[in-house]
Amino acid sequence: MSSVGEGCRADFPILQRVVNGSRLDYLDSAASSQKPRQVIEAVSGYYERSHANVHRSIHTLGEEATELYEGGRDAVRAFVGARFREEIIFTRGTTEAINLVAQCVGRTLQSGDEIIVTEMEHHSNLIPWQMVCRDRGAILKAVPVIGEGFLDMEAFGRLLSPRTRLVAVAHVSNVLGTINPVSELVRRSHEAGALVLLDGAQGAPHLALDLAAMGADFYAFSGHKMLGPTGIGVLYGRREVLEQLEPAWGGGEMIKEVWIDHAQWNDLPWRFEPGTPPIAGVVGLRAAVEYLGKLGMERVAAHERDLTGRCLDTLQRIPGVTVYGPRNPEIKGAVVAFNVEGIHPHDGAALLDERGIAVRAGHHCAQPLMKRLGIAGTLRASFSVYNTPAEVERLAEAVKGLRDAL
Amino acid sequence: MVYSDLIRERFRHPRYQGSLERPDAAFEDVNPLCGDRIRIECRIADGRLADARHRGDSCAICVASADVLLERAIGEPLDLASRLTTGDLLERLEADVRASRIRCVTLPLSVLQGALNGKEVAR
Repeated sequence: MSSVGEGCRADFPILQRVVNGSRLDYLDSAASSQKPRQVIEAVSGYYERSHANVHRSIHTLGEEATELYEGGRDAVRAFVGARFREEIIFTRGTTEAINLVAQCVGRTLQSGDEIIVTEMEHHSNLIPWQMVCRDRGAILKAVPVIGEGFLDMEAFGRLLSPRTRLVAVAHVSNVLGTINPVSELVRRSHEAGALVLLDGAQGAPHLALDLAAMGADFYAFSGHKMLGPTGIGVLYGRREVLEQLEPAWGGGEMIKEVWIDHAQWNDLPWRFEPGTPPIAGVVGLRAAVEYLGKLGMERVAAHERDLTGRCLDTLQRIPGVTVYGPRNPEIKGAVVAFNVEGIHPHDGAALLDERGIAVRAGHHCAQPLMKRLGIAGTLRASFSVYNTPAEVERLAEAVKGLRDAL
Repeated sequence: MVYSDLIRERFRHPRYQGSLERPDAAFEDVNPLCGDRIRIECRIADGRLADARHRGDSCAICVASADVLLERAIGEPLDLASRLTTGDLLERLEADVRASRIRCVTLPLSVLQGALNGKEVAR
């Protein structure tokens, strides 16, 4: 591994695949990224040499596994710029991380309390809040999306009230690519006395993070979108906030001492990690953040901005193509959602697949946003460290031919 | 090839797309996978599906499937029209539809059955 783009492609075995007779152009990393050999070997090496249960196994393998697992926590802490290791809680993914917060905070909600989300949320940062609001008699409000796909911050100001308990917002929209003004959102929410949860599923893989400086109370993300394995995610929680919360779920490891009718909770972060954790997932995630760390997240972000800019430029010039989200790649994550007039997104994706080009099609788990945009779905190209300008060019060429292909 | 000539032809030139004035039965539904929406309106006379039209926002496979479905069902007794199967449609579509797109074929089928069984449209 030396650099982003062409320079790291050899690390990703799957990129050698031929799909439908063409070389694979994998432009669906926002759904799930591919894995470098370093991650694959870390996971298989763990299973071949060191696997055992963590924390309570008093034998060599158990100690090795515990060291790898807790070492993964330290690696993730450093990668996201958290102050303390106990602020890093391992989950199955972003969805579980958000549900964990919804369970814990939801329990404290009173009838009439308010939660604020936005119209651009992925379902995973909407449905858990719908569920807790329904259970607790709380009220769910949504910040509208305006213009090219920005949050209406004036409306946000009007929605904030002394009843607002939590504000749940995507760091980066998985459809529009909009990088939301998280510092302002955090500052204004905190001034109103509300907690802030950021859905970082599209943030952590692509942007250099300094969560301590960002100030959000919670930040959730997934390993599999950032070169790591599936089934592993992270909930970052500010220590002062986590200390106030009752655990979401019960089981082994999250307790210190247990009697038949009650128990004393374990310390952070284990209080929120009942049961045998995804050890291999953490080992793989650690290898992934080390890989990204060596590339350098500033370089990763610049590379993906370059690809996003090229993609916007070329697609916008094709007759019949509509692009969604901000047109300026400087304020946009590594996704480009678009439609081709007269071509349903699923047909478009199937036709591109015939040429070996993998893109996402559909509502991208953001149906309220699709309703706002007045469309059923879009095509979406998204980028990671291993994508190249040549792939963007092949995508554009194939998109030009879509209307004649059906 | 996912897209047989028949699918392309029926997508470009559907024969049963549109709406009916004062239909006797109608139903619409979405494919949760992709957000596709399709509506089918029916005219019923003498225990038969006298006429029907489909419309909506959906992909080529779904449009073609709805079109061949109505072509097959119109004129048939209601019990037969509501008993047509995915297999009947796949045969008529002359296509090798992959598992990931099979809902595109079956959505019109369940919508027609919903209309004939008097289902209410969910909001």
